Amino acid sequence: MSDPTANTVLEMSGVRKAFGSNVVLSGVDLTVGRGECVVLIGASGSGKSTLLRCANLLETVDDGVITFEGEDITDPRVDGDRVRSRMGLVFQAYNLFPHLSVLGNVTLALRKVQGVAPAEAESRGLAMLDRVGLAEKARARPDDLSGGQQQRVAIARALVANPQLMLLDEVTSALDPELVGEVLDLLSDLKGEGVTMVLNTHEMGFARDVADTVCFLHDGVVHETGTPAQVIDAPQQERTRAFLSRIRA
Amino acid sequence: MRSTAVDGWQPSAIQLERESWRRRQATRSTAIAAASTLLVFGVVGALVVTSPGWERVHETYFNWDKAVDSFPAVAAGLWVNVKIMAISAVAIVIVSLTIAVMRTTRGPLAFPLRLLGTVYVDVFRGLPLLLVIFLLGFGGPALDLTGMPRSALFWGCASLVLSYSAYVAEVFRAGIESVHQSQRLAGRALGLTYAQTLRHVVLPQAWRRVLPALMNDLVSLQKDSGLIAVLGTVIDAIRAAQIETARDFNYTPYVVAGFLFICLTVPMARLTDWFARKQGFHAAGGML
Ligand SMILES: Nc1ncnc2c1ncn2[C@@H]1O[C@H](COP(=O)(O)OP(=O)(O)O)[C@@H](O)[C@H]1O
Ligand SMILES: [Mg+2]
Repeated sequence: MSDPTANTVLEMSGVRKAFGSNVVLSGVDLTVGRGECVVLIGASGSGKSTLLRCANLLETVDDGVITFEGEDITDPRVDGDRVRSRMGLVFQAYNLFPHLSVLGNVTLALRKVQGVAPAEAESRGLAMLDRVGLAEKARARPDDLSGGQQQRVAIARALVANPQLMLLDEVTSALDPELVGEVLDLLSDLKGEGVTMVLNTHEMGFARDVADTVCFLHDGVVHETGTPAQVIDAPQQERTRAFLSRIRA
Repeated sequence: MRSTAVDGWQPSAIQLERESWRRRQATRSTAIAAASTLLVFGVVGALVVTSPGWERVHETYFNWDKAVDSFPAVAAGLWVNVKIMAISAVAIVIVSLTIAVMRTTRGPLAFPLRLLGTVYVDVFRGLPLLLVIFLLGFGGPALDLTGMPRSALFWGCASLVLSYSAYVAEVFRAGIESVHQSQRLAGRALGLTYAQTLRHVVLPQAWRRVLPALMNDLVSLQKDSGLIAVLGTVIDAIRAAQIETARDFNYTPYVVAGFLFICLTVPMARLTDWFARKQGFHAAGGML
């Protein structure tokens, strides 16, 4: 009961990642508690997407430690596929599988990774689609859906296997303005249901509503962190203020 | 004639004038096309028929009685070609897919696989098919390998499979590489392994994209199956025509064989076209 990691889902310390001579993350420290919603903000190219991909081992870190559910997942002996199967990652460009139906997209991991029987996978997939308001689109092809609907399917696909952590990479950036709302509403619902999330976004109003913690990424490190009221409304650091005034302009 | 639109739209005078112009234009084009086609075929036909050697050519290549006579043997031979084609096609898909997967696997551990795949493709794409058939068709049985059939049919098919797989592997490789990296990432993010991502995400999309090209190769395989005739012991359509011809040195059986091959490939070619058109609308997708 007194285990300090019990309520920490993800912890990054001193995480470094470079692409050739381009040092993107130079020592990131970040803690995500259970049920917490952490919002990453930062300029384009500051490494927000890289950080999320490192967190689920799609990228191998150059240094530092990432602990997920009490396990050091940066240990090379850890099975990355198993780690990824317990996290959900949603991409800016949805990346739905065009050759599968909406339901096929949502149930693929259940059937092939979790080994759930087809009938049960289908009923769980349909329940998940219902939860994101798209039950009637189960048999449709992803390409026949609007951007907002596609992104909700992508969220359903990541969520259906009950991941301990959801990573969401600018999930509204590719959407037409009038479609952003439906996706943000869904994320607010998930937050209300206690889903642990790390997301990056340029929607400051949404970040203020949904975030427990805001982290401003700059120069490869978490430059400033705190509650939305602290970081977004009363930033202490010069760089944070400059960034916020630029995106509000 | 025109059904009234739901909103009660009636075409304006200018729209009616445009439509009638288009109709007149279409009629005119059809008439011109028909006339020019008749003219070309008429002139070519007249030239052939009035040529000094026509009488002899007609007799040796287009002898109706000889055609009727040789038809059963040649048609039976064609059935052999169809079987060769079908069995080889299945084997080609398996071999070439394996090679393509070997060549697209990344990482230092897979280097020997990539090397093997590359060498295979380089060698068998460079060798003329006829040469492979000669080498394997006569050399294969002579090897007398235990457990391996010694029939010319087997080694002839093996030649087709080895040669075609080199080409088809490249088609598959192009298909695999055309599936955007973000699709692999999405698969891996769901916890699928490398192999599962290949199997359930990449290959189904690659397959759809290259199917028209593959069907084109199938048409080509259908006629190249006739090359096995050079081995002499497989009585396919060409070999059967050769035997029929040897009776009286009338070449009509070759024309019959040619005609039957065309009858076989034309439906395949139309199917390929139809499929390529249908794919055109759905091949894209999954792009960033
Ligand atoms: N796979 C990669 N290979 C090389 N460079 C990369 C790769 N992914 C990201 N980068 C580089 O890392 C930097 C950070 O990118 P990214 O994490 O996408 O930033 P953000 O999401 O904050 O806009 C950029 O300079 C980008 O060019
Ligand atoms: Mg990004």
